[in-house]
Amino acid sequence: MAQDIPDRQPPATQVGLIGWVCKNLLCPWYNAVLTVVSCWAIWSAVAPFWEWAVTNASITLDPVAAKEHTGAAWGFIRDMWPVFMTGVYPAEERWRPLIALCIVVILVSLSLVASFRRSKWLKVLWFVSPIVVFALVYGGGITGLPVVGTHYWGGLMLTIMLSIVAMLAAFPLSVLLALGRTSDMPIAKPFCVAYIELIRGVPLITLLFMASVVLPLFLPSGMELDKVLRALVGITMFFSAYLAENIRGGLQGISKGQYEAADALGMGYWKKTIVVILPQALRIVIPPMVNNFIGILKDTSLVGIVGLVDLLQIAFATTSNPKWFGRLEEAYVFIAFWYWILCYALSSYSQYLERKMPSASK
Amino acid sequence: MSERLAPQDKVPFWRSPQGRAWMFQLCMVGAFLWLAVSVYRNTLANLETRGISSGFGFLGNEAGFRIGEVTGIPLPQGGLLWFLLSLVTGLVVSQLISRHLKSKSERPMNSTWLSVCLLFSIGLPMLTLYIFRDSVEIAHYTESSSYFMALLTGLGNTLKVTVIGCVASTILGLLVALGRLSPNWLLSNICRWFVELNRNLPVLLQLFFWYFIVLQQLPNVRQSIDLGGWLILNKRGLYLPSLVPQQGAWLFCAAVVIGLAAIWVIRRRARRILDETGVPVKILFPSLAVLIALPALAWLLGGQPFTLDFPALKGFNFKGGTGMTPEFTALVVGLTVYVSAFNAEIIRSGIEAVSKGQREAARALAMNERQVMRIVILPQAMRVIVPPMTSEYLAIAKNSSLAVAIGYPEFVSIGGTILNQSGQAVEIVGIWMGVYLCISLLISFGMNIYNSKVALVER
Repeated sequence: MAQDIPDRQPPATQVGLIGWVCKNLLCPWYNAVLTVVSCWAIWSAVAPFWEWAVTNASITLDPVAAKEHTGAAWGFIRDMWPVFMTGVYPAEERWRPLIALCIVVILVSLSLVASFRRSKWLKVLWFVSPIVVFALVYGGGITGLPVVGTHYWGGLMLTIMLSIVAMLAAFPLSVLLALGRTSDMPIAKPFCVAYIELIRGVPLITLLFMASVVLPLFLPSGMELDKVLRALVGITMFFSAYLAENIRGGLQGISKGQYEAADALGMGYWKKTIVVILPQALRIVIPPMVNNFIGILKDTSLVGIVGLVDLLQIAFATTSNPKWFGRLEEAYVFIAFWYWILCYALSSYSQYLERKMPSASK
Repeated sequence: MSERLAPQDKVPFWRSPQGRAWMFQLCMVGAFLWLAVSVYRNTLANLETRGISSGFGFLGNEAGFRIGEVTGIPLPQGGLLWFLLSLVTGLVVSQLISRHLKSKSERPMNSTWLSVCLLFSIGLPMLTLYIFRDSVEIAHYTESSSYFMALLTGLGNTLKVTVIGCVASTILGLLVALGRLSPNWLLSNICRWFVELNRNLPVLLQLFFWYFIVLQQLPNVRQSIDLGGWLILNKRGLYLPSLVPQQGAWLFCAAVVIGLAAIWVIRRRARRILDETGVPVKILFPSLAVLIALPALAWLLGGQPFTLDFPALKGFNFKGGTGMTPEFTALVVGLTVYVSAFNAEIIRSGIEAVSKGQREAARALAMNERQVMRIVILPQAMRVIVPPMTSEYLAIAKNSSLAVAIGYPEFVSIGGTILNQSGQAVEIVGIWMGVYLCISLLISFGMNIYNSKVALVER
């Protein structure tokens, strides 16, 4: 006895524009509600911003004319652009940081080309470049340029320099700390553990205060430390602890066989570490190290609290200028743009590395 | 040839790895001692030339500055001290009992022992609280208080921000993570960009944004945003009604606690019956009934337990209710939003780390969507989530120190004021570090206990 089976409805389309919209935005009913709520959220966030930043904005360099517009005065950024980049660096010497920037950009773009990457010359150039950059920006000595003291440094230049130098200085320290923490030396190990845990347990601000207020007390009288250098000491101490923990992760990720093989070849401790262990360990932890670098870049904004004029503090310096008084919104948007671009580029790079990197636990 | 392979009598100690390690460590200790001694001498000499006396004696001096936001602090003396002591005793006793039972490999907790433990860890403190009912002294900081009290007030403010920030950022992070996992393309992209935007901007910039831009655009006191008196928002801060405990408040609170305990017992019984007989017991309605009936009874017996104190415009500002200063609001909102982006990523990756097979297997067992999430996915995701979340909570505690930049009087900013007034740099920085270390250790201790509960137990 054949039963009447009703014809089934054809399945809802899954392909094409209609299928996509239905699947991702409209079906089932609560998805449609979410879509409407999301649209409202986007609209209420973007519309006023668009009105402020584009529709009602002005780009005139004249502050009086800019006052007639209700929106952003981008002329302020145009006017203060060099200050945002270099702080109170003397105007007639600004070509020097510019050249330094060009050198770094050229080096980075050379490194991105695969055929140049393996050449020895590039490595030599990378090692020489910090010295060249410092000589250019600071002046004096054999360069014959007028000296521009570090208290004139500021803006994005100071932010980037602080983070790069802190990274370079923290790296060897953190390798030693990580090696000490993974070793079984009865005195050195607790020492490293104590340092790492102590530093990781306190806020960066207290370390910066320590570097700026207490560090001068520790030095013999007559010895003065530069303000930028003091901040650098604080940041380096802070990040060496975080970096050491990352590197320790890498050291622990290396199989025991590698250590035993190196021992079997009769290598001593340092040879084993430098030739066999560290290259593998560091390769594993490059992505977290890039994340760490993002952390440094963001946290250099705290040096403003101990009196350096970094990119964030420039906002206050420029907006208290009577000419463009109170243009804080524009300054923040501009600064946020720079931080965001730099950090996003770095984090995308670290994600790219993570995808490319063969995983440690194969 | 065999004589070349013969073992040498003795390796000189400078050629053996152990000997070298010891030499290296001795050098390290020597260098450290030298550094410590020279730092100590320099510091003493420098302090002498600047005319600053070292030591913690200055903590007793009168502070003399105003603190914008003061929370009452129970003074660590008298009744409070006894209460804390009995709390610690109770916890230690119950810990000892449970360890003793575990070592005897009995069932970890049968109901007799459980009640003994409960008696100790809850009953004992409650008893002390009852005995010393009126002797817990609440101190409010005034300008004539000592530096010590000022620091304590700052610490109270720091802890307030930390606790609120942790709870709020977890909730917001969970919402954003669920949004990112939602099949709705638009919603998941909004959440994605929320995360990308927040993660890649310095937290100090965000604090400044909330404080100098968002909160400055709020209306004046006269034109404040008013939601029927329940929530009032203006340039001076955020005002909410506050609860004022009345006569019957103790009874009411006790009823709520007993109700919760009763529900817990009911749940245990239901689960035991389910385990033993396989008959599911409905517990929703009995527990709801208990939770409503007991407090209602207390309400009837003890009269109205709480009244609401609404903020009202008096003179130039709002009086009454709970006020939150703009600094506090900016700090909590800024920290919450910043950290919730990280939390969202942690929660999302934790949920995604549970393999697809688990979800499919749960579906094949005919579990519904809620059961899949609650019984299968979340317990496994928690193992991945808890350790990184611990470091985010630590980050909130540490980042609350950024309040110094927007003028919220928390531990670092008050310490900074004292540092400027008294010049006791070494001591203040030492106190900062010690206190933050204690906070960090406490948070990670608590989270580690929780982690060991959710961690995978391998047999």
